[in-house]
Amino acid sequence: MKNKLLEPGTYFMQGNEALAEGALFAGCRFFAGYPITPASEILEYLAKKMPRLGGICIQMEDEMASLAAVIGASWGGVKAMTATSGPGFSLMQELIGYAFMTETPAGIVDIQRQGPSTGQATKGAQGDVMQSRWGTHGDYMPIVLSPNSSQEMFELVIDAFNLAEEYRTPVILLADEAIAHMREKVKIPPHSAIKLVERKRPKSREEPFFGGKDVPPMPPLGEGYWIAVTGSTHNEYGIRFTADPEIHRRLAQRLVGKISKNAEKIIKFEEFNLENCDVGIVAYGCTSRSVYEVIKLAKERKVNVGFVRLKTIWPFPEEAVKKLAENAEILIVPEMNLKQLYYEVERVAGCKTNVFPLNKVGGGEMITPEEMLAEILRRFGG
Amino acid sequence: MSEKFSQKMFLRDLKLPFCPGCGNYSVINCFLRAVYELGYRNFKNFVFCSGIGCAAWIPSPYFLADSIHTPHGRSIPVAMGIKLVRPELNVVVFGGDGDLAGIGLSHLIHAARRNVDITVFMINNQVYGMTGGQVAPTTFLNLRTTTTPYGNIERPLDVSRVIADVGACYVARWTTIHREELKESMKRAILTEGFSFVEILSQCPTMFGRHAGFKSPAEITKWFKEKSILVEESKKLSEQELADKIIVGEFITRKFVPLSQVLKGLKERAGGDRNEG
Repeated sequence: MKNKLLEPGTYFMQGNEALAEGALFAGCRFFAGYPITPASEILEYLAKKMPRLGGICIQMEDEMASLAAVIGASWGGVKAMTATSGPGFSLMQELIGYAFMTETPAGIVDIQRQGPSTGQATKGAQGDVMQSRWGTHGDYMPIVLSPNSSQEMFELVIDAFNLAEEYRTPVILLADEAIAHMREKVKIPPHSAIKLVERKRPKSREEPFFGGKDVPPMPPLGEGYWIAVTGSTHNEYGIRFTADPEIHRRLAQRLVGKISKNAEKIIKFEEFNLENCDVGIVAYGCTSRSVYEVIKLAKERKVNVGFVRLKTIWPFPEEAVKKLAENAEILIVPEMNLKQLYYEVERVAGCKTNVFPLNKVGGGEMITPEEMLAEILRRFGG
Repeated sequence: MSEKFSQKMFLRDLKLPFCPGCGNYSVINCFLRAVYELGYRNFKNFVFCSGIGCAAWIPSPYFLADSIHTPHGRSIPVAMGIKLVRPELNVVVFGGDGDLAGIGLSHLIHAARRNVDITVFMINNQVYGMTGGQVAPTTFLNLRTTTTPYGNIERPLDVSRVIADVGACYVARWTTIHREELKESMKRAILTEGFSFVEILSQCPTMFGRHAGFKSPAEITKWFKEKSILVEESKKLSEQELADKIIVGEFITRKFVPLSQVLKGLKERAGGDRNEG
């Protein structure tokens, strides 16, 4: 391990390692975390490499403290991240709401495992999709990304930091155990090809730091800006105002609006074979890996499968799913949970076509291409 | 700089929100005088963190300063994140006993153990005041609160003793009647390299006094006066004799390399490829 970023080239990397290296490429120089399977490798990798790059990696007493320290470091002017799995992600929800409310850029990684509760700690799952959307209390709009390869662990964590800086908000990278522990090829591009976004700084002390525009500038600490940061309802200057309904309305609508208004710019997805498809599949994360294969298997059975693979889960890529629904006769939503994103697909596409769930939980067992094919044939025929 | 002391140097033009007779006014006065006497004329070198509760409102947003008002109990890890990336700033936490010794106790202990170089002021009014006067982990035995209508059945936590034991570099406890001593301790705490902690027994006439049977703020401060005993004096008494006392004074002063300096050294040690492997 060198005291610099990996040179451009092809590496054989575990998903978690690729993510940790990607965070360093993104400019992350503060990491705080608490050990948890299957996310611990991120903390271990960064414990070793972060100080070599002049950054700080610290193991905290719990997940709340981890995200709290990340938020402090972010206000201190440093790009910061934490990583956990479902149980820790549950504990972080209070601070996720706080980061959203205070418009603090932060990276939050959740490597999903089989829940609820301690569940099957070492086994993969996709059960935190709705927690990532609605986990904290009150109205909010998170940005949640879903990688499906080691390569994307590297790439999407950079996207996550860029989005966090651009929109002054926490960004969740929702991966799963299979992607996190899989080892495969990762291509590190020339460093100059990686574009980084930095938070906007205020031009004057009079500018509001918590309003005025959709994404207000974030002032640095210790330079006399007299920043008042609070998780309570506050006016555009950060001053707590908890009695005025209009101030809360304005704040909540702006915070949600700054993400939803820019959804088109934020959302990333892949689409395959949308023209002339019989069956459409909407998938994300490890489950999406089986879809590439089922497209071929179905073709042999004279069924054309169209596919939308979500890299962004929230805000939900409605337009892409609608387009698939317009082309396909039925939609199938395979997930390693007992129906979560299915409901969102049904909401968006249900009026256009029939949407069917395909679910599997337990033991981290993947939904195989054969199982997907059987479901396609059962629902569509062919 | 011979500018005369004025609270206006350090406060926003906002009305403080505390009840008449609240101990927070004394705490603010002592603290502002302490920083003034240390030579500061504004809060440019400071960042304040606080959690939830009346004491957490001392800096946020009333201090003309950078202040971060965090969720309940989380002020210390937020302060730690700031201090580690901005070691040149004085990072100061204000919090109540519920915030720091109830929901946030684990963070408080670990910050002291790690010797994070921050300063923590715990305003101990022995009650959850903002929520209406419920029992706290610091409430004396047998006192009545809204959730101990028959008297508190649990023994209080001696937070200062715990924090001194787990590795803090400076720990002191006073009450709001010990103004001069408190101000001096606040100065020492700010100057301490390493984790420093000052506990301040403070009167809450509205939510504590009312239920515990004190008719005025002065009755509570009189009670503080009667119960207070200096730490040096306390050594002559038995545990039984001390059961009903508030031990005040400095509990510990020690030197130990603070965490931000340890991390600086770590970066130097980790740097380079010689640790290949």
